[in-house]
Amino acid sequence: MTAIADPKAPRTRQTGPGRRVTRTNAEAVGWVFMRVSGVVLVALVLGHLVANLVVPADGVRSIDFAFVAGKWSSLGWQLWDLLLLWLAMIHGANGVRTFINDYATKSTTRLWLKVLVGIAFAAVVVLGTLVIFTFDPCPMVDGALLDGAPGFCTP
Amino acid sequence: MWSWVLHRVTGFLIFMFLLVHVLDTAMVRVSPETYDNIMGTYHNWVMGLAEAGLVAAILVHAFNGLRIVVVDFWSKGPKYQKTLLWIGVAALVLLLVPFLVIHLSHIFGGE
Repeated sequence: MTAIADPKAPRTRQTGPGRRVTRTNAEAVGWVFMRVSGVVLVALVLGHLVANLVVPADGVRSIDFAFVAGKWSSLGWQLWDLLLLWLAMIHGANGVRTFINDYATKSTTRLWLKVLVGIAFAAVVVLGTLVIFTFDPCPMVDGALLDGAPGFCTP
Repeated sequence: MWSWVLHRVTGFLIFMFLLVHVLDTAMVRVSPETYDNIMGTYHNWVMGLAEAGLVAAILVHAFNGLRIVVVDFWSKGPKYQKTLLWIGVAALVLLLVPFLVIHLSHIFGGE
Protein backbone atom coordinates (compact mmCIF):
# COMPACT_ATOMS: atom_id res chain seq x y z
CA MET A 1 0.00 0.00 0.00
CA THR A 2 1.38 3.38 -0.95
CA ALA A 3 1.09 6.35 1.33
CA ILE A 4 -1.24 9.08 0.14
CA ALA A 5 0.23 12.52 -0.50
CA ASP A 6 0.09 15.28 2.04
CA PRO A 7 -3.04 17.37 1.34
CA LYS A 8 -0.96 20.53 1.04
CA ALA A 9 1.54 18.94 -1.37
CA PRO A 10 1.83 20.68 -4.75
CA ARG A 11 -0.31 19.11 -7.42
CA THR A 12 1.52 16.69 -9.63
CA ARG A 13 0.25 16.50 -13.15
CA GLN A 14 -0.40 12.92 -14.13
CA THR A 15 -1.22 11.90 -17.64
CA GLY A 16 -2.13 8.57 -19.06
CA PRO A 17 -5.09 6.29 -18.60
CA GLY A 18 -7.66 7.21 -16.00
CA ARG A 19 -6.36 10.72 -15.51
CA ARG A 20 -8.17 13.32 -17.55
CA VAL A 21 -6.31 16.60 -17.84
CA THR A 22 -8.69 19.49 -18.23
CA ARG A 23 -7.86 23.08 -19.02
CA THR A 24 -10.95 24.58 -17.45
CA ASN A 25 -12.54 24.56 -14.03
CA ALA A 26 -15.93 23.45 -15.35
CA GLU A 27 -16.63 21.02 -12.50
CA ALA A 28 -15.76 23.66 -9.88
CA VAL A 29 -17.99 26.20 -11.62
CA GLY A 30 -20.76 23.57 -11.64
CA TRP A 31 -20.22 22.87 -7.94
CA VAL A 32 -20.65 26.57 -7.08
CA PHE A 33 -23.59 26.89 -9.48
CA MET A 34 -25.49 24.04 -7.77
CA ARG A 35 -25.19 25.82 -4.42
CA VAL A 36 -25.94 29.37 -5.59
CA SER A 37 -28.83 28.34 -7.85
CA GLY A 38 -30.08 26.04 -5.09
CA VAL A 39 -30.46 28.93 -2.65
CA VAL A 40 -32.22 31.07 -5.28
CA LEU A 41 -34.45 28.13 -6.25
CA VAL A 42 -35.61 27.62 -2.65
CA ALA A 43 -37.07 31.16 -2.72
CA LEU A 44 -38.45 30.87 -6.27
CA VAL A 45 -40.04 27.43 -5.73
CA LEU A 46 -41.55 28.26 -2.33
CA GLY A 47 -43.03 31.48 -3.79
CA HIS A 48 -44.39 29.47 -6.73
CA LEU A 49 -46.00 26.89 -4.40
CA VAL A 50 -47.52 29.49 -2.09
CA ALA A 51 -48.90 31.58 -4.99
CA ASN A 52 -50.44 28.55 -6.74
CA LEU A 53 -51.43 26.11 -3.99
CA VAL A 54 -51.92 28.15 -0.82
CA VAL A 55 -53.10 31.66 -1.79
CA PRO A 56 -55.99 30.71 -4.18
CA ALA A 57 -59.22 29.96 -2.31
CA ASP A 58 -59.48 26.37 -3.55
CA GLY A 59 -55.74 25.69 -3.85
CA VAL A 60 -54.80 23.45 -6.77
CA ARG A 61 -58.49 23.26 -7.74
CA SER A 62 -58.45 27.01 -8.47
CA ILE A 63 -55.85 26.57 -11.19
CA ASP A 64 -57.31 26.85 -14.68
CA PHE A 65 -56.63 28.84 -17.85
CA ALA A 66 -58.08 32.04 -16.37
CA PHE A 67 -55.83 31.68 -13.31
CA VAL A 68 -52.70 31.36 -15.48
CA ALA A 69 -53.89 34.30 -17.63
CA GLY A 70 -54.27 36.42 -14.50
CA LYS A 71 -50.77 35.59 -13.31
CA TRP A 72 -48.99 36.00 -16.63
CA SER A 73 -50.64 39.35 -17.29
CA SER A 74 -47.99 40.67 -14.91
CA LEU A 75 -44.39 40.91 -16.11
CA GLY A 76 -43.23 40.10 -12.58
CA TRP A 77 -44.71 36.58 -12.63
CA GLN A 78 -43.51 36.04 -16.20
CA LEU A 79 -39.95 36.82 -15.17
CA TRP A 80 -40.36 34.79 -11.95
CA ASP A 81 -41.46 31.72 -13.92
CA LEU A 82 -38.80 32.27 -16.59
CA LEU A 83 -35.98 32.38 -14.03
CA LEU A 84 -37.52 29.40 -12.23
CA LEU A 85 -37.67 27.43 -15.48
CA TRP A 86 -34.07 28.12 -16.48
CA LEU A 87 -32.46 27.70 -13.07
CA ALA A 88 -34.46 24.58 -12.20
CA MET A 89 -33.73 22.98 -15.59
CA ILE A 90 -29.98 23.68 -15.43
CA HIS A 91 -29.82 22.62 -11.75
CA GLY A 92 -31.85 19.46 -12.44
CA ALA A 93 -30.10 18.48 -15.67
CA ASN A 94 -26.69 18.95 -14.04
CA GLY A 95 -27.85 16.83 -11.10
CA VAL A 96 -28.99 14.04 -13.41
CA ARG A 97 -25.64 14.28 -15.24
CA THR A 98 -23.99 13.50 -11.90
CA PHE A 99 -26.17 10.40 -11.48
CA ILE A 100 -25.23 9.24 -14.98
CA ASN A 101 -21.52 9.67 -14.18
CA ASP A 102 -21.98 7.76 -10.92
CA TYR A 103 -24.21 4.89 -11.98
CA ALA A 104 -23.71 4.27 -15.71
CA THR A 105 -20.53 2.22 -15.89
CA LYS A 106 -20.17 1.96 -19.67
CA SER A 107 -18.84 5.06 -21.42
CA THR A 108 -21.19 4.60 -24.39
CA THR A 109 -24.19 4.33 -22.03
CA ARG A 110 -23.04 7.52 -20.28
CA LEU A 111 -22.73 9.33 -23.59
CA TRP A 112 -26.21 8.32 -24.80
CA LEU A 113 -27.90 9.10 -21.49
CA LYS A 114 -26.26 12.54 -21.49
CA VAL A 115 -27.37 13.17 -25.07
CA LEU A 116 -30.91 12.21 -24.00
CA VAL A 117 -30.80 14.61 -21.02
CA GLY A 118 -29.39 17.32 -23.29
CA ILE A 119 -32.23 16.91 -25.80
CA ALA A 120 -34.88 16.91 -23.05
CA PHE A 121 -33.23 19.97 -21.48
CA ALA A 122 -33.14 21.97 -24.71
CA ALA A 123 -36.68 20.99 -25.74
CA VAL A 124 -38.26 21.83 -22.37
CA VAL A 125 -36.35 25.11 -21.88
CA VAL A 126 -37.15 26.35 -25.41
CA LEU A 127 -40.81 25.24 -25.16
CA GLY A 128 -41.28 26.75 -21.68
CA THR A 129 -39.66 30.06 -22.65
CA LEU A 130 -41.81 30.33 -25.79
CA VAL A 131 -44.96 29.51 -23.81
CA ILE A 132 -44.28 32.23 -21.23
CA PHE A 133 -43.66 34.94 -23.84
CA THR A 134 -46.13 34.00 -26.59
CA PHE A 135 -48.98 33.34 -24.15
CA ASP A 136 -52.26 34.94 -25.22
CA PRO A 137 -54.66 35.47 -22.29
CA CYS A 138 -57.60 36.15 -24.64
CA PRO A 139 -57.33 33.56 -27.45
CA MET A 140 -59.69 34.20 -30.39
CA VAL A 141 -60.72 31.89 -33.21
CA ASP A 142 -62.59 33.52 -36.15
CA GLY A 143 -63.19 36.66 -34.10
CA ALA A 144 -64.78 34.77 -31.21
CA LEU A 145 -63.26 34.41 -27.77
CA LEU A 146 -62.59 30.77 -26.83
CA ASP A 147 -64.45 29.22 -23.88
CA GLY A 148 -62.43 29.29 -20.68
CA ALA A 149 -60.84 32.69 -21.35
CA PRO A 150 -60.73 34.95 -18.28
CA GLY A 151 -63.42 37.54 -17.52
CA PHE A 152 -61.15 40.51 -18.18
CA CYS A 153 -61.15 39.65 -21.93
CA THR A 154 -64.80 40.82 -22.22
CA PRO A 155 -65.00 44.36 -20.85
CA MET B 1 -25.50 9.07 4.25
CA TRP B 2 -29.30 8.75 4.29
CA SER B 3 -29.70 12.49 3.69
CA TRP B 4 -27.44 12.02 0.65
CA VAL B 5 -29.64 9.17 -0.66
CA LEU B 6 -32.80 11.23 0.00
CA HIS B 7 -31.28 14.23 -1.77
CA ARG B 8 -30.64 12.13 -4.89
CA VAL B 9 -34.04 10.41 -4.88
CA THR B 10 -36.01 13.63 -4.29
CA GLY B 11 -33.87 15.54 -6.81
CA PHE B 12 -34.55 12.96 -9.51
CA LEU B 13 -38.30 12.88 -8.79
CA ILE B 14 -38.55 16.68 -8.84
CA PHE B 15 -36.67 16.85 -12.17
CA MET B 16 -39.00 14.26 -13.75
CA PHE B 17 -42.03 16.21 -12.52
CA LEU B 18 -40.52 19.44 -13.86
CA LEU B 19 -40.35 17.99 -17.39
CA VAL B 20 -44.02 16.93 -17.20
CA HIS B 21 -45.05 20.21 -15.55
CA VAL B 22 -43.63 22.37 -18.37
CA LEU B 23 -45.47 20.16 -20.89
CA ASP B 24 -48.82 20.40 -19.06
CA THR B 25 -48.45 24.17 -18.70
CA ALA B 26 -47.61 24.39 -22.42
CA MET B 27 -51.22 23.31 -23.07
CA VAL B 28 -52.22 26.96 -22.42
CA ARG B 29 -50.93 27.56 -25.95
CA VAL B 30 -53.28 24.93 -27.39
CA SER B 31 -56.60 26.18 -25.98
CA PRO B 32 -58.16 27.09 -22.63
CA GLU B 33 -60.27 23.91 -22.90
CA THR B 34 -57.24 21.63 -23.38
CA TYR B 35 -55.43 23.22 -20.46
CA ASP B 36 -58.47 23.03 -18.17
CA ASN B 37 -58.95 19.35 -19.07
CA ILE B 38 -55.32 18.55 -18.22
CA MET B 39 -55.55 20.54 -14.98
CA GLY B 40 -58.75 18.61 -14.18
CA THR B 41 -56.60 15.49 -13.71
CA TYR B 42 -54.55 17.38 -11.10
CA HIS B 43 -57.77 18.15 -9.23
CA ASN B 44 -58.38 14.42 -8.68
CA TRP B 45 -57.59 13.22 -5.13
CA VAL B 46 -55.03 10.62 -6.28
CA MET B 47 -53.06 13.37 -8.04
CA GLY B 48 -53.66 15.56 -4.99
CA LEU B 49 -51.90 13.01 -2.80
CA ALA B 50 -49.07 12.69 -5.35
CA GLU B 51 -48.78 16.47 -5.28
CA ALA B 52 -48.54 16.42 -1.48
CA GLY B 53 -45.67 13.95 -1.90
CA LEU B 54 -44.07 16.24 -4.47
CA VAL B 55 -44.20 19.22 -2.11
CA ALA B 56 -42.75 17.04 0.69
CA ALA B 57 -39.92 15.97 -1.68
CA ILE B 58 -39.28 19.60 -2.63
CA LEU B 59 -39.07 20.68 1.04
CA VAL B 60 -36.75 17.77 1.92
CA HIS B 61 -34.50 18.66 -1.04
CA ALA B 62 -34.64 22.40 -0.22
CA PHE B 63 -33.72 22.15 3.47
CA ASN B 64 -31.10 19.47 2.95
CA GLY B 65 -29.68 21.58 0.13
CA LEU B 66 -29.49 24.64 2.38
CA ARG B 67 -27.73 22.47 4.99
CA ILE B 68 -25.17 21.39 2.36
CA VAL B 69 -24.57 25.06 1.45
CA VAL B 70 -24.05 26.01 5.11
CA VAL B 71 -21.72 23.04 5.73
CA ASP B 72 -19.69 23.89 2.60
CA PHE B 73 -19.41 27.66 3.06
CA TRP B 74 -19.47 28.24 6.83
CA SER B 75 -16.20 27.37 8.56
CA LYS B 76 -18.05 25.88 11.54
CA GLY B 77 -20.58 24.16 9.28
CA PRO B 78 -19.08 20.66 9.34
CA LYS B 79 -18.89 20.79 13.16
CA TYR B 80 -22.59 21.56 13.46
CA GLN B 81 -23.82 19.46 10.51
CA LYS B 82 -25.88 17.18 12.77
CA THR B 83 -27.53 20.17 14.49
CA LEU B 84 -28.17 21.72 11.07
CA LEU B 85 -29.84 18.48 9.97
CA TRP B 86 -32.28 18.68 12.88
CA ILE B 87 -32.94 22.38 12.24
CA GLY B 88 -33.78 21.37 8.66
CA VAL B 89 -36.10 18.59 9.86
CA ALA B 90 -37.83 21.07 12.23
CA ALA B 91 -38.26 23.64 9.42
CA LEU B 92 -39.58 20.87 7.16
CA VAL B 93 -42.23 19.79 9.68
CA LEU B 94 -43.12 23.42 10.46
CA LEU B 95 -43.89 24.15 6.77
CA LEU B 96 -45.16 20.75 5.64
CA VAL B 97 -47.81 20.20 8.33
CA PRO B 98 -49.75 23.45 7.73
CA PHE B 99 -49.37 22.96 3.98
CA LEU B 100 -50.81 19.44 4.16
CA VAL B 101 -53.76 20.66 6.24
CA ILE B 102 -54.54 23.36 3.64
CA HIS B 103 -53.84 21.21 0.58
CA LEU B 104 -55.70 18.09 1.75
CA SER B 105 -58.72 20.18 2.75
CA HIS B 106 -58.77 21.52 -0.84
CA ILE B 107 -58.42 18.03 -2.28
CA PHE B 108 -60.96 16.24 -0.08
CA GLY B 109 -63.24 19.14 0.84
CA GLY B 110 -66.11 20.65 -1.12
CA GLU B 111 -67.92 19.78 -4.34
